[in-house]
Amino acid sequence: MKQQIVVSGIGGQGVLFLTRVIAQVAVDRGIPVLTSESHGMAQRGGTVLSTLKVGNFAAPLIRTGQADVALLLFEANLAVHRALVKDDGELLINSDREGEGDRIDGSGIARKMGNAVLSNLVLLGRAVSKNALFCTEEECIAAIGKLAPAKFIEQNLQAFRIGVQSLQQ
Amino acid sequence: MNKELMMGNDAIARGLLEAGCQVAAAYPGTPSTEILQSVINRKDQAVNPLHIEWSVNEKIAFEVALAASYTGKRSVAVMKQVGLNVAADPFMRTAYLGVKGGMLTVVADDPGPHSSQNEQDTRLFCLQGRVPVLDPSSPAEAKAMIGPAYQLSEKYEMNIVLRPTTRVCHSRQSVALAEPVKLDRIAAFVPDTGRWCATPAFLPGLHRSLNAKLEQIAQEPHWQPRLLVGDESRPRVALVASGIAHANLVDLLEELGLSGTIDLYQVLMPYPLNPQFVEHLQQDYDRLLVVEETYPVIELQLAHPGACGKQTGAVPREGELTPDVLYQALAAFLGLDTPPTMAAPGRGQRPSLCPGCPHRAAFYSIKKTFPDGIFPSDIGCYTLGMNLDAVHTVHCMGACISQGAGFHQAYKQDGGRVPTVVVTIGDSTFFHAGVPALINAVLQDARIIVVILDNATAAMTGGQPVPHMGSTADGRKTKIIAIEPLVKAAGVDFIESCDPYQHDRFENLLKKADAHTRSEDGGVAVLISRHGCLMDPQVRKMQEAPAVIITEDCIGCGQCVEDFECPALSMDEENGIARVDPDRCHGCGTCIPVCPAQAIVRKEEL
Repeated sequence: MKQQIVVSGIGGQGVLFLTRVIAQVAVDRGIPVLTSESHGMAQRGGTVLSTLKVGNFAAPLIRTGQADVALLLFEANLAVHRALVKDDGELLINSDREGEGDRIDGSGIARKMGNAVLSNLVLLGRAVSKNALFCTEEECIAAIGKLAPAKFIEQNLQAFRIGVQSLQQ
Repeated sequence: MNKELMMGNDAIARGLLEAGCQVAAAYPGTPSTEILQSVINRKDQAVNPLHIEWSVNEKIAFEVALAASYTGKRSVAVMKQVGLNVAADPFMRTAYLGVKGGMLTVVADDPGPHSSQNEQDTRLFCLQGRVPVLDPSSPAEAKAMIGPAYQLSEKYEMNIVLRPTTRVCHSRQSVALAEPVKLDRIAAFVPDTGRWCATPAFLPGLHRSLNAKLEQIAQEPHWQPRLLVGDESRPRVALVASGIAHANLVDLLEELGLSGTIDLYQVLMPYPLNPQFVEHLQQDYDRLLVVEETYPVIELQLAHPGACGKQTGAVPREGELTPDVLYQALAAFLGLDTPPTMAAPGRGQRPSLCPGCPHRAAFYSIKKTFPDGIFPSDIGCYTLGMNLDAVHTVHCMGACISQGAGFHQAYKQDGGRVPTVVVTIGDSTFFHAGVPALINAVLQDARIIVVILDNATAAMTGGQPVPHMGSTADGRKTKIIAIEPLVKAAGVDFIESCDPYQHDRFENLLKKADAHTRSEDGGVAVLISRHGCLMDPQVRKMQEAPAVIITEDCIGCGQCVEDFECPALSMDEENGIARVDPDRCHGCGTCIPVCPAQAIVRKEEL
């Protein structure tokens, strides 16, 4: 099994946490995983990009046109990071507007829950329900339970589940 | 074996603890910061007594670790690539004098660069300094290098450099844990004046012994280049790579179906390079592709007539060697179909000071008060004051005060009105390298305003403690080194402090400071801009945050968006007026005075 995943957003949107959850699922399943993350200046509201390579790889960066899936928390990043994704790759986008890819207003949902940053897990839930990622729902729940601070676990799981169920509604 | 998903920097930290490191000193800087942070987080896993410090700067971190090694204990100094410039003085001499207990210097390079003022290559620095340097290609490999590196350091009594790059530091991987070793070492410093105080008389001998050691280290079996042998379908051609560039090359060859078709060497220790390896490449290969970040360190040492690399222009001389860049170079070298050149993607959203950031309020007032001022600034979040046109120079740690002084001297000698020079420097940067510069400015009577942006933390790197907060790296209480008495002792007569959220008072103080710099018996003026960093949840909790809204009075001039540049403010494309993003606004209200139509108000005041 091999999968190359892009997670894109702007600093402060929880791109790093989302990246860690997906990577943790791979570790829990015993599959090799490599990630690359943006730290430093870019985290101050600038465009940030994480890449994940699941399976037998040596390096974390993804070449143009090689990503199988992209999770975009910030729609405007589509222009910057679309090229990394295969033409027939899965695009999941946090947006309240019409356009390319599968879209869900994660920020709107998260805002109603009282914390806009939860859009990251809404989008993850959506991706999992569409079988876009190698992860199952149960595996993600276990990984979120491991990585989220105790007092936020319930809220995080709620956001994730809303994302999972969003297609049925 | 027990495995954990670890960031490269965390893996390095765990490796240090497993190898019995007892003194760890660092100054924060991206991409190295999380190494010491992880040592702190993991301190309970240490089986030997452990001193951890955020030193005031990298030179100090290096010297603390160095002396600890003189006692026979294992130590480490951690910094980013430009931090090594600050530590260069002790670093260069250490090559000659050596160490006793194992000493590593972990220097994280930033090809790209992603978060640095240049993309200098520590391996080249090591070549100049005659210091062995290791170049890991992954988090797991970086960790695995640490134990053997300490052994190498102790065998030859040499400081050894581990040089990860951003893509190793900030990469996560499943990494195996090992039991930390218990060393039971007691500090035992043995004076040896001919060595630890070496005067010029002793140095030729020490230099000779250094060169002899380097020749031996180059032969050490553990650190020889590794060969992934090809199937001879491409005879007398090889690829030579090190660090993350090697890992990228491995994946690229796999994707192109070329794995195992061509000899691929991974250089683990780019300096000193084994001369027999160099000779072997010269004799057995006609053509080589050398890929390394960021300077041609291996390529220069190979001196191979058939080498293609940065020297020949076959590999770009600047920037990161991403898989796309490598693909172009590899295709040209092997005569493959040339991959389509990708249009460079846009840079995306530029970073900004956070909503509610006190620096923004300070910068706005500075620019407003002195529209024609000269604004040298420095390294930190507040570099982003350039977005508000309130930062004109950013050079290196502490440079703003001396540059401000230099501007003043150059203008003053022409006669006429000297422009107001307002320097902005963060609290952590002020302690790091600003203090000597301030003393110098006072001594040379440079009439400048120094605004110390005191947000009570080293914010850019994630909130490390600063000397005036009285807390050590591992959270113990320590003496508070307050800024005001330090500034006073430096000879400054004008010292004021103010919360920049109070626009009017802040601007009044700026005018007073300007008057002080221009009065006959005046001098340097220091204004401390004091408000906690909004990244600190405590600060956010403590300050009132009534919602800020835009009323119908908005005339759509865009001044708040253009001049104040808060990420929570934007122009509504449809109706052409400003809007507040409720997800991002902290309700600080510092944007209220910016609006010429008084259309920004607190909700409760309606």
